[in-house]
Amino acid sequence: MITSQPNRLASGGLIDRSAPLNFRFDGKTFAGFQGDTLASALIANGVKLVGRSFKYHRPRGILTAGSEEPNALVELRTGARREPNTKATTAELYDGLEAASQNRWPSLRHDLMAVNQLFASIFVAGFYYKTFMWPAKFWEAVYEPAIRRAAGLGRAAGAADPDHYDKAWAHCDVLIAGSGPAGLAAALAAGRSGARVILCEEDFLLGGRLLADGGTIDGMPAAEWVSRTLAELATLPDVRIMNRTTLFGVYDGGTYGAIERVNDHLPSPPEHQVRQRLWRIVAKRCVVAAGAIERPIVFAGNDTPGVMMASAMRTYVARYSATPAKRIALFTNNEDGWRTVEAALGAGLQIAAVVDARPDVSAAHRALAAKAGFAVLNGFVSGVDGGKDGVKKISISLAGGARAEVETDGLAVSGGWNPAVGLTSYHRGRPKWQDDISAFVPDGAPPGMEAAGAANGAFGLGACLRQGFAAGAAAAQSAGRDGNAGAPPVADDEAFSLTPLWHVAGKGKAFVDYQHDVTAADIELAQREGFESVEHLKRYTTLGMATDQGKTSNVAGLAIMAAVSGKSIPETGTTIYRPPYVPVAIGAFAGQHRDENFHATRLTPSHHWAAEQGAVFVDTGLWKRAQWYPRAGEKDWLETVIREVKAVRGGVGFCDVSTLGKIDVHGPDAGAFLDRVYINTFSNLAVGKARYGLMLREDGMVYDDGTTSRLAEDHYFLTTTTAKAGPVMQHLEFCRQVLFPELNVQLTSVSDQWAQFSIAGPKTRDLLREIVDPAEDLSNEAFPFMGARKVSLRGGIGARLFRISFSGEMAFEISVPARYGDALVRNLMLAGKQFGVTPYGTEALGVMRIEKGHVAGPELNGTTTAADLGLGKMMSTRKDFIGRVMAGREALAARDRQVVVGIKATDSARRLRSGAHVIPKGEIPGPANDQGYITSVCFSPTLDQWIGLALVERGRDRIGEIVHAHDPLRGEDYDVELCNPVFYDPDGGRQRG
Amino acid sequence: MRIVCPFCGERELGEFTYLGDAKPVRPAAGASEDEVFDYVYLRDNIAGAMSEYWYHGGGCRAWLKITRNTLTHEISSVEPAAGVGARQVAR
Ligand SMILES: [Zn+2]
Repeated sequence: MITSQPNRLASGGLIDRSAPLNFRFDGKTFAGFQGDTLASALIANGVKLVGRSFKYHRPRGILTAGSEEPNALVELRTGARREPNTKATTAELYDGLEAASQNRWPSLRHDLMAVNQLFASIFVAGFYYKTFMWPAKFWEAVYEPAIRRAAGLGRAAGAADPDHYDKAWAHCDVLIAGSGPAGLAAALAAGRSGARVILCEEDFLLGGRLLADGGTIDGMPAAEWVSRTLAELATLPDVRIMNRTTLFGVYDGGTYGAIERVNDHLPSPPEHQVRQRLWRIVAKRCVVAAGAIERPIVFAGNDTPGVMMASAMRTYVARYSATPAKRIALFTNNEDGWRTVEAALGAGLQIAAVVDARPDVSAAHRALAAKAGFAVLNGFVSGVDGGKDGVKKISISLAGGARAEVETDGLAVSGGWNPAVGLTSYHRGRPKWQDDISAFVPDGAPPGMEAAGAANGAFGLGACLRQGFAAGAAAAQSAGRDGNAGAPPVADDEAFSLTPLWHVAGKGKAFVDYQHDVTAADIELAQREGFESVEHLKRYTTLGMATDQGKTSNVAGLAIMAAVSGKSIPETGTTIYRPPYVPVAIGAFAGQHRDENFHATRLTPSHHWAAEQGAVFVDTGLWKRAQWYPRAGEKDWLETVIREVKAVRGGVGFCDVSTLGKIDVHGPDAGAFLDRVYINTFSNLAVGKARYGLMLREDGMVYDDGTTSRLAEDHYFLTTTTAKAGPVMQHLEFCRQVLFPELNVQLTSVSDQWAQFSIAGPKTRDLLREIVDPAEDLSNEAFPFMGARKVSLRGGIGARLFRISFSGEMAFEISVPARYGDALVRNLMLAGKQFGVTPYGTEALGVMRIEKGHVAGPELNGTTTAADLGLGKMMSTRKDFIGRVMAGREALAARDRQVVVGIKATDSARRLRSGAHVIPKGEIPGPANDQGYITSVCFSPTLDQWIGLALVERGRDRIGEIVHAHDPLRGEDYDVELCNPVFYDPDGGRQRG
Repeated sequence: MRIVCPFCGERELGEFTYLGDAKPVRPAAGASEDEVFDYVYLRDNIAGAMSEYWYHGGGCRAWLKITRNTLTHEISSVEPAAGVGARQVAR
């Protein structure tokens, strides 16, 4: 049974009564209309209690009608789409909407956690620091879980977000934040001037305060002016209006962040559409017309449901035709609050009384009061009677000292307006105090940004239009658009007289920050305890640190601090403003980059073929590399890898090594250039030869290694490790451009241009002869070890052939243009069938390199020198090269450095694991006698036991010594023997044969 | 942040990689260990205009010398870094 909407006016408002919607709140079904927010629909249904507060679990109602809302936070939607801490005041109603109140147990009306109020004394300012200090282990075990249960906000969905998010760029001359009178006037001026304009409005309707407050512009009702203005803007060539879009951040160089809630107003996004879109907008100029936020007055009981901001009260009445109360009282210190009285009377509601802090209420208002029959009391509201069912009665301290009470079911409060200074302060601009409106206004805005209208402290409608129009025209002009902006829209300026009032002293809790339950007493306590600086005040009390970032509370909080510390408000100052202006879902920042699209994936030329073979792949940076190729009946990876290694060592196998970085080095000075970046010499390398090279960083540590071949007098082909392909290219470009401009040399990254395979094993030549043009002589004489040259394949395809070996076997690496990579691998399989050719993966590659004692990533770890790796002799003494001088430092040449050495377990059945620490045999493990660690291990099918490489102090002087391997992580202790790192074919006869 | 590459025009920060201070000049071959140590390790901690190396890896692959205010991120000049880090050496 759907309840009627008892608090809905019979007519009026910007809701579509022909489109009724049903929704559920805390399991109960209600009705609303298209055009409602969840908050306005709840109000129309007479729901006053919508949540419980953070610490004290006090009953809370709806305070505002916008994105500044601190109280009315709900869990919106269900299941995987459940979104906690969603503001009911901005959530658009849709049919079937489901929302639940938060932070209550077992139910909103009967919240047992409200006992927290009885222990309020422990929840005072700084309670996190005071109450839960000792013992430390109690924090994780007791305090934190208890606090999380008792104090907190909504629950996350706990399941993967089923929706998609997108990221997009936009560029414009003039970016405008806000579609109120100032924003629309700015868009008119800029658009007419010929500027490319983007206007962002967080609401789903355009018009800002005009939607609720109306007024007369250019002699017509505001609503008519808005629709005429939108019609004109639509005719301009490049004005883009984005509603449901909040400008949340300002970044360097005129870049802005905006979040577009594309489909949040629907139950779920239509197929193939995104939920939200994150915009990065690059704008030459920005006009901030984001308006102002009405501020509360702090008094006892000011958080009772039914106490509402005056502007919000009239927004619900005028825009949504929903009445928060029948008999409204107003507590104001300024003229603007009275507009709520006018709106309420216009809607046929009763006014209980107006409590005005100013003694000099205008004659017009007094006449209105007399006519409508309500009292105007000069004084302050000092207490509220009521609870979860709302306000019943207010107590008033009259100016003369007497007290009064007024029965009311809704108290509208206006303490004045704070310009929305967030966007203008995001580059550490400090807003400045403006006395006549008792508010901070923008100062020190980021370059190219200007505030206009209420955001700039100009509250009159006429002033908003004038400032907005002028700012729009000026922004277009400075963006180089100087068309005729035409005439500005015109309206009268309302009076805005205000007597500053922040806090009414009295008994009972008076809330400053509703969302974090920070009271006036907390601020006074913080001051007494020495946390007087606003930045300290903020951290100590958590004022302004909730999801609303203190939009309704910060200024009141620092005004109270100013009062108790005897300073002025400008002396007290503001905290630093930081984006985002509203919470932005992490999903929006991630966009499409999640799950398998978290990063780009690079596939080797043989990938699809390898996948057909059932290869197991491993992620190496962005690459997917075949790790091994399991065959039916093999019980585990180790069996597979052993088979692959034996097949290579006994016959022939191949492995895709295309992931290595490849750089063509061209030019008459190519050799001289390589001499400066490698520790060894390349200028004397003969054409048709390859050489292993080692690069250092300028600090003397090893940077990268690889084989570089000379294909012509002025052409070298350089390879890098897979991991360093990008960084080495960048480093070499730095050397070429910045350090050695006198060298005539060019670098070209060709990593993706060549498919490269290592073919290894004693039958390599037999297999290659099936692939390579028979005219090519592959004999040891014509193509010796470390030879490198261009060859033709059968069919005439050009290839590069390198006689280099990582495995220690007779081996070649062959490069073909990447587009032939797939064909090559399939032909290798066909041609190699007669020789039992076996594809092998990176694991077998790793086994064979450890057997051969080659260093790789675990040893080239950024802390090893060439000498540490056993490659010190490669360092030329006859030339300058990157890292030469620093590599000669005393400590880097010290005798007791940890150097690469081989290890094998004394118990040949023992499995080794990398990471184990090496300590002298017989000593107790500890930092004092830690002599290094095991870097790489494998099971060697050739030696039929586990072997490894380690970095060990003076390791190469201790060959044959038994040391102790200590692995506290895995709880293992065993003895290993230090040995020659080249386990296999130490004199290299096989690779030369 | 936006950087106006002298070769590619105005581009977004994500296309560039930062290296650091562009003031140190690589000592010539034969320089003392102290000179090279200064070059490798010693940097001023500048609050204000600083000349820096940036790499346009997502564009033309040029190394650039950029003058950036470390307090405001305002970029006052962008030029090719060709030869900026080189001390003239005898060939
Ligand atoms: Zn560029």
